[in-house]
Amino acid sequence: MKDIKHSYSFTSTAAYFFIAPALIAILIFFFIPVIAAFIISFTDFDIYALGNFNTVRFVGINNYLRLFEDPLFWLSLKNTSYYVLLATPLSIAVSLGAALLLNSKLLKYKSIFRLSYFMPYVTTLVAVAIVWRFIYHPKFGILNYFLGLIGTNPIDWLGDPNWAMPAIVIMSVWKSFGYSMIIFIAGLQNIPEDLYEAASLEGANEWQKFKSITLPLLAPTTLFISIITIVGYFQLFAEPYIMTQGGPLNSTLSIVQYMYQEGFRWWNMGYSASIAFVLFFIILIITVIQFKVQKITSK
Amino acid sequence: MKISKLIAIIVFSFSLVFFYTCSKNKEKVTLITFWAMGSEAEYVTKLVPEFEKINPGIKVKVQAVPWTAAQEKLITAFASDNTPDACQLGNTWVPQFAYLDAIINLDEFIAESKIIKKEKYFPGIWDTNVIDSVVYGIPWYVDTRLIFYRTDIFERAGYKQPPKSWDELYDLCKKTKALYPGEEKYAIYLPTNEWAPFIIFGLQNGASLLKDKNTRGDFSSKKYKEAFEFLVKFHNEKLAPIGISQVTNVYQAFKDEYFAIYISGPWNINEYKKWMTGKLADKWSTAPLPSKTGEDYPGVSLAGGSSLVIFKNSEHKKEVWKFIEFLSEPSTQIKFYNLLYNLPAVKEAWEDSSIANNVYTKAFYEQFHHVVATPKIPEWEQIAFSKVQQYAELAARDAMSIDEALSNLDKDVDLILEKRRWLIESKSKY
Repeated sequence: MKDIKHSYSFTSTAAYFFIAPALIAILIFFFIPVIAAFIISFTDFDIYALGNFNTVRFVGINNYLRLFEDPLFWLSLKNTSYYVLLATPLSIAVSLGAALLLNSKLLKYKSIFRLSYFMPYVTTLVAVAIVWRFIYHPKFGILNYFLGLIGTNPIDWLGDPNWAMPAIVIMSVWKSFGYSMIIFIAGLQNIPEDLYEAASLEGANEWQKFKSITLPLLAPTTLFISIITIVGYFQLFAEPYIMTQGGPLNSTLSIVQYMYQEGFRWWNMGYSASIAFVLFFIILIITVIQFKVQKITSK
Repeated sequence: MKISKLIAIIVFSFSLVFFYTCSKNKEKVTLITFWAMGSEAEYVTKLVPEFEKINPGIKVKVQAVPWTAAQEKLITAFASDNTPDACQLGNTWVPQFAYLDAIINLDEFIAESKIIKKEKYFPGIWDTNVIDSVVYGIPWYVDTRLIFYRTDIFERAGYKQPPKSWDELYDLCKKTKALYPGEEKYAIYLPTNEWAPFIIFGLQNGASLLKDKNTRGDFSSKKYKEAFEFLVKFHNEKLAPIGISQVTNVYQAFKDEYFAIYISGPWNINEYKKWMTGKLADKWSTAPLPSKTGEDYPGVSLAGGSSLVIFKNSEHKKEVWKFIEFLSEPSTQIKFYNLLYNLPAVKEAWEDSSIANNVYTKAFYEQFHHVVATPKIPEWEQIAFSKVQQYAELAARDAMSIDEALSNLDKDVDLILEKRRWLIESKSKY
């Protein structure tokens, strides 16, 4: 008995040794900075503080209070939510649709399609954003050219405050749906074929099969994808940073972009850190809600 | 026997030379690091060999930093004690680094220098480097904003001369717009993502921009409001295009007569030369800015450009100063101009034929005698880039009335300057 206990504790110490390098790295490069940022979010750490540390003032929750009164913060939150609400369902619909098509037995050269749909995901975002800026050009852009063929008036995609965000949604859905598509394909391949066969024997049509077999069995995959999509989309940054710099009229200013501006452009580190933590809590709450919803529906 | 002796002698003499040069290098060569931005870095490297020839004991290592990330890199370098010996600094950034205590007072060096003297520079430009009567930077090259205009359109609108007053500018724009009835053409380009005109016209009207020792915004003042109203009028009356994405290429737009006037800087001279070719080659020019009444023409513009600064942590300040002196010699300034077309800060260099004969730089020379610095506080960039532009856009799009925009602007500026107010107040207490 004693022996077993001893060897157990020995193996657990050994295990700690093995995971130590990874843990230390996470501690140094993740937890410590996060804790530091959390502390900084209660101070007015800024450019003066960089020069003379004595000018740092502890301001309590003032940064957070100021944040709630800051119209630009609310605007960036509104813009980001609008973007997430528009882009997430669209992205899931497009990637699921693409996955269903690619999983079809009728399709030949699957890998070529899979590759070409996945390609945007692995292309450098900056290059993609620059190309899309040309596509969206009000006068010479190819998108307005096609719209012109069906008789639509040209749209100033990135210059009109009402169209700038939808334009960014379209681009980022195109850019990122390939990744979710691959995961959906894996999910689809996990659904046992005999379920479909049994349903066919019972006389179910394609839509009924999709609704009663594919969708419920894909639920865990869909949950996973919707979480990463939402978390990823909430961190919207590079697209507006490159294509619109947050304009026109701040209509594409996202939270992360606002945080970056405050922190690295104007060196209001304290304020910027408080934005980061508000964003963290928003994402946390959404994730918890999603898990709860999943639990209820699976019951 | 003879051969081995010969080899021994050769080896011996080679090693002698080798050790001699080694010891010489070790004793005398100092390596200084110099950070430069954008294409300046590329071209200043071409001047370095000459400097190293004159000063055999000094080697210069130039490191290129992209303009867009320059400020972040410099501040990060400062925070981690990794600053270079010297660097090129946009002169509006000098206050920031001076307040950070990252760069040094150059007064003693200047007092002893034969090359760098205050009188050799444009007063307005020199002033941007002076904070609380201490000099922190030496102007390297200069820029300012003035009018780029289409001479042919001006003539059709009945103007042989560029406008001298605000009224003339407005009248000219009205007449230009009237040349294209029903067409989507404009007279002037005043994009709201460029804060410069919105500050320049305020300064021309004598607005102080900030008040109470630069601790509060003064944008609601009558003088600033007048200037702001004047500029917004161009947008409201469709004399200037409102959206910035309508003009994705300012050169193409200028060529297509989309607008006739653009207030911009010397970096565009060569770009416009490239675009305005063939028949259009002599259809454009540059002119100093109008003044409010026209009596004190030309009106003031911004004192821009880059300065050379020495970092506090540098261990080779004397050597670095020599390099700065070298870059400030008129002959080096002319060479640098011919490499990159950056306008020289030293007035003497402008006498060289390569600059004097350039028709487009003449207006700049005139304008440089009428330039002023923006408020010299670390927060200025944030105020100009984020706040002035934001409210200029709102007012230009008529999303906010002028009074509302300006009082909100003041409120935001006061919030940005809160720390500065606190610092100044707590200093006066002790």
